[in-house]
Amino acid sequence: MVQALNRLKESPSQTAGPYVHIGLTPNFSGITGVYEKDLGVEMVNDETKGERITIRARVLDGTGTPLKDALIEIWQADSAGLYNSPSEMRGAADPNFTGWGRKATDMVSGECVFETVKPGRAPFKDGRLMAPHVTFWVVARGINLGLHTRMYFADEEQANSEDPVLARIEHRHRVETLVATREGDAYVFDIHLQGDKETVFFDI
Amino acid sequence: MTTDPSSNRKPETGAFFQRDRDWHPPAFTPTYKTSVLRSPQKALLSLDNTISEITGPVFGHNMLGELDNDLIHNFAKAGESAIGERIIVYGRVLDERGKGVPGALLEFWQANAGGRYRHKKESYLAALDPNFGGCGRTITDEDGSYAFRTIKPGPYPWPNGVNDWRPAHIHFSVFGHGFAQRLITQMYFEGDPMIWQCPIVKTIPDRAAIETLVAALDMQATIPMDARAYKFDIVLRGRRSSLFENRLEGN
Repeated sequence: MVQALNRLKESPSQTAGPYVHIGLTPNFSGITGVYEKDLGVEMVNDETKGERITIRARVLDGTGTPLKDALIEIWQADSAGLYNSPSEMRGAADPNFTGWGRKATDMVSGECVFETVKPGRAPFKDGRLMAPHVTFWVVARGINLGLHTRMYFADEEQANSEDPVLARIEHRHRVETLVATREGDAYVFDIHLQGDKETVFFDI
Repeated sequence: MTTDPSSNRKPETGAFFQRDRDWHPPAFTPTYKTSVLRSPQKALLSLDNTISEITGPVFGHNMLGELDNDLIHNFAKAGESAIGERIIVYGRVLDERGKGVPGALLEFWQANAGGRYRHKKESYLAALDPNFGGCGRTITDEDGSYAFRTIKPGPYPWPNGVNDWRPAHIHFSVFGHGFAQRLITQMYFEGDPMIWQCPIVKTIPDRAAIETLVAALDMQATIPMDARAYKFDIVLRGRRSSLFENRLEGN
């Protein structure tokens, strides 16, 4: 016998279900008067530094149909590449930027709209800079464990070409599933859960 | 979203332990029908955490309203309360190392005593309770403990199989300290025979894993003549010590 490691097991995940809005975006779902406003709807204020951008994201199932009952959270660095987190040791992030946003998909169009800033570059573990990116976490009815992915920017071609995470994608045509396209003033990012255009999801 | 200035705790900066994906439910679980078209078919790309996953938002206690952890009253008209079995749900948020996770935001949502959710897409014939909204939240204390008050939710039929019913359950959303710890799960109640029939519960392959989601009745924590109590601990991913790892550039 040897000493026991005495580790606990992580609580197993379960789907967020179709009524995730009741708990995470109650005002959006029509339950008003409990919280003043839904958490994560405002990421920026008038003082936030950096280039303002709009992200329009959708989640599509294996038939190409947009999910109307998904919930997306995003997490990103500020315009200087710093995260608004106690675990960020490189300096203080912009106090006027949360770095975190949460939206339910529109019940008609299936779209989530985030008003945020373009993130700066943050370092990979070996010190090389990653390209600007936004981390996405998707939950919904039918998704048993939240899905992690990243959104990169089509107009950051040079940075994307040297990004150490994108470089890990063996099948190069799949890189484009992580790159948002520019449409007018917005970056458009479609997350395909399965099929030919299946988005690259991460086990992080 | 700032560090609690009254705390001497040093933030941790290590990567998280790898997730045991044989313990969690797989993506494709056809007896839970909706998963069929919503499950990725290609392998996940594994990635040891970068700073984008090691960091995460942290929420301060000052964001909480007085009744945020009291679902019996937070939607009720003045002087009234929700109908149903009054219960307290309490426990700790720990990580895989057994350490309490302080400052963890917990959000929870549930149906009312009759199994009816307050949601426009829900049409179950059981009545809404005019004094019950179904959402609440709290933030864990320094040792990772939390508690809230609610009514016990009822079981609920759903269009999966012809006659599938969810066991009584409360949904939980949990933030730890890093975005890689983000977790949504469901709490079930000790002794409920519906647990072992449910296609969503059974997406979890290991019975021992399912049992970790079943809250225990705790008569010692019960308030006599008021509310019974259930204990529900939640475990988030542990993290490596960063002592022996290369420091991040610019650190």
